[in-house]
Amino acid sequence: MFKYLPHTDEDIQAMLHTIGVSSVDDLFTDIPASLLHPPLDIPSTHAEIELHAHFNALSKAVNILTPVIGAGAYDHYTPSIIRPLIERQEFLTSYTPYQPEISQGTLHYIFEFQSMITRLTGMDVANASMYDGSTATAEAMFMAQAITKRNKVLVSDTLHPGVLNIIHTYAHYKGIEVIVIKTEGGHITLSDLPADLSDVAALIVQTPNIYGVIEDYDGFAEKIHEAKALFVINQDPATLSHLKTPGAYGADIAVGEAQSLGVPLAFGGPYIGYMATLHPHVRKLPGRICGMTVDKDGKPAFTLTLRAREQDIRRDKATSNICSNQSLLALFVTIYLSTMGKEGLYEASQMSMDGAHYLYEALVKLPYLSDPFNEPFFKEFTLKTDINVERLEAACEEKGFLAPFDLKRLGLKDGLISFAVTEKRTKEELDTLIEILGGLS
Amino acid sequence: MKNYDTLIFELSVKGRKGYTLPASKVPSVRLPAHLLRKEKPELPEVNELGVLRHFTNMSFKNYGIETNMYPLGSCTMKYNPKIHQDIAALPAFASVHPYQKEKDSQGLLKMIHGLQGFLSNIAGMAEFTLNSFAGAHGELVGLMVMKKYHEDQGNTQKMNVLVPDAAHGTNPASAILAGFNVVEISSNLDGTVNMEDFYAKLDENTAGIMLTNPNTIGVFERNILEISKAIHDVGGLLYYDGANLNPLLGIARPGDMGFDIMHINLHKTFSTPHGGGGPGAGPVGVAAHLAKYLPAPRVKKVNDTYTIDWTLDGKLGQISPFYGNFGVYVKAYAFILSYGKEHLSSISKMAVLNANYVKESLKDVYELPSKALCKHEFVFNGLKDKSTHVTTLDVAKRLLDYGFHPPTIYFPLLYKEALMIEPVETESKQTIDVFIDVLRTIAKEAKEKPDFVKASPHTTIVRRLDEALAARRPVLTYDQYKALESLA
Repeated sequence: MFKYLPHTDEDIQAMLHTIGVSSVDDLFTDIPASLLHPPLDIPSTHAEIELHAHFNALSKAVNILTPVIGAGAYDHYTPSIIRPLIERQEFLTSYTPYQPEISQGTLHYIFEFQSMITRLTGMDVANASMYDGSTATAEAMFMAQAITKRNKVLVSDTLHPGVLNIIHTYAHYKGIEVIVIKTEGGHITLSDLPADLSDVAALIVQTPNIYGVIEDYDGFAEKIHEAKALFVINQDPATLSHLKTPGAYGADIAVGEAQSLGVPLAFGGPYIGYMATLHPHVRKLPGRICGMTVDKDGKPAFTLTLRAREQDIRRDKATSNICSNQSLLALFVTIYLSTMGKEGLYEASQMSMDGAHYLYEALVKLPYLSDPFNEPFFKEFTLKTDINVERLEAACEEKGFLAPFDLKRLGLKDGLISFAVTEKRTKEELDTLIEILGGLS
Repeated sequence: MKNYDTLIFELSVKGRKGYTLPASKVPSVRLPAHLLRKEKPELPEVNELGVLRHFTNMSFKNYGIETNMYPLGSCTMKYNPKIHQDIAALPAFASVHPYQKEKDSQGLLKMIHGLQGFLSNIAGMAEFTLNSFAGAHGELVGLMVMKKYHEDQGNTQKMNVLVPDAAHGTNPASAILAGFNVVEISSNLDGTVNMEDFYAKLDENTAGIMLTNPNTIGVFERNILEISKAIHDVGGLLYYDGANLNPLLGIARPGDMGFDIMHINLHKTFSTPHGGGGPGAGPVGVAAHLAKYLPAPRVKKVNDTYTIDWTLDGKLGQISPFYGNFGVYVKAYAFILSYGKEHLSSISKMAVLNANYVKESLKDVYELPSKALCKHEFVFNGLKDKSTHVTTLDVAKRLLDYGFHPPTIYFPLLYKEALMIEPVETESKQTIDVFIDVLRTIAKEAKEKPDFVKASPHTTIVRRLDEALAARRPVLTYDQYKALESLA
């Protein structure tokens, strides 16, 4: 047998005897013979030593570059205490907490996650997490459709084009019309909104946006709410250490990608989305929600609640098909925010911002680079280059850097490049990058 | 287990730190005041050991697969190999930015392409995408493939998706999100499709059918070849819900049964952990004529080089920003390599052996509506002796006192007292025998002291919860909790 399969031949014989059949094959006689025993064309079994060797060989075919880019995925530091904690089997191997008596641990951290997300965003309630920021944004669109009973959403063209693509996909199949608002100057302004919003379910915006620009939504909520539409803000939660919150801007739904809260880059996933809203909309919130209650002895306890919204109960009447949440990553983020705390998150953000501005000040002086927007930014910024982007990329890569990011890869204008800096990037690294780019013309 | 109900916010003391950061060597900048929040967010301030103890104590309130058997039907709670954690944490797998270019990421793309190939072979599909984040997300993507196919064919009338009444709740919800109407078809007592109702609902408007096979009773769909021919005859497609793939590895393939589209729950069959509810991964496989619709980006092999195709042309669109839950499918890939072609089918054989063994060992005391062979799981309709009024919920809660995670309860909806047991391949006969003994003891207790069973659990850190209170007066954050005078 195999190390993960404990039965001996004796066990198998005894069990077959109880069942009343003579061989394991007899347990598959209900499957048409024409279907049985298809060819299996996969590699041979790998012992642990061979498995390590296999993955080490794959690793050698990877050039791990130091990212000085972001575009939706940021290289923040992961405190060492997180991995051993999330790998505790009680967290790692458990299922969705349907049996609250033996899942109080999972429910406890989800409650803390929800509490931290509401404090970060300035919103009333949050769910127990979403797959990622992009699908959370699409779910916010569905939620707005369900609340307003309107089938049209407005989306700023300063959203990450990947997120925009996902919104388009989800909307197409659900029969929602998506109007992309064309902006100028690298950010949306109040005057970009159409005068008539009476058939609009929601306006969806992102800050800092794909260019890294911090958008100012002063006056947006008033105009949107006048038309009884909803205001949805997608925001990197790490920037909420400093920036005015979706709650303060009058947003109805706040969503975003929480990978920036220390989650490893891992070639794009798993990440974690968050979603928060106001009290009146809680029963339209998709996904799992954890609440506090008491047990029959009056002892405080946590449980999944407001379950009547969900797919396993509502089936074809559900507004979302979400079944899982990113529980383990919600734990990850909760530990991250507990470790960094009020001051640490602020400090890490400030360091990221300082590093980004230091790099910006040096690069913008180069003759072939210029700032197309001149707007405030956080840890990511966009420049216009007069020379070939591939040359810049190649020069940086030669010294081990992943930079700059060519925004043309996302279908945006030619000649726009972006950089992102986190607290992990040292002054020495930034100086090297400045030297490399300064040597080109 | 040990109770611990301190909230992290209650541990917070101003000035405590759990982090260190290097001293800044660059000038500090200030953003314009109108863009800033007035005060820093009130996150807790706790020292490092304080944080560790808090979450370690929290973990003591949880049950995991290494605690004891986890016979949760339809969830496939098998052992999650430790080596997977080491592999997924290798710098090349954990630290690479998703926009790093193909030429610098060949090893990662090779693994993605390799797993796409393994899954295609195991399931009998032409191609797989790994971009979908979870089983339900995979269903949605699979139904988008179905929709896109019919749009391309000009089949505007094909709006109906047939879904059995015993299906997972995600099936109808996903069909609606993909823009279809759901037409429910009834099931026989053993969960198989009621063929009379199937033919009554099947017509030119049928876009397809969603099935899980074995079904949610754990019974193999005996008419699958007939169903598949009938659906194809009206120009429809078959969708396979891969939640129940565990008994079929190396045994039979959805593709050979006639399924055109499917998803696999990697966190179930391929043992990437469940993580308390996620992250999962729900790769989607399709037959050759549907491959062109799979979402962007697509990882492909061109000669000896792996490439990423980002174009949207002809595809159903984009459904995730990058390549799905990469860190999750590293583990599925390692799982397949560990077992290899020599052992993979043993997973299914032992899972099916265990399920039939538990079923036959308990059918004298628990009501067994479907006497047929089961595959990886089966469903009792509560205790055989209904005179005690001890319900499935009571049995489940009493199991907690004996240190077992209960089976899935009250699903599928075919039986009033459904108790769905999936004893997975990684459980030993000794453990399974203890589980059987405990369920027999509970059946005995139900007769001798029903009120005691109905009042269980007795030994858990919290007892049955006031769920009605939780929903009537939601307390969803620490701030709401603090504002309360009393929780009860």
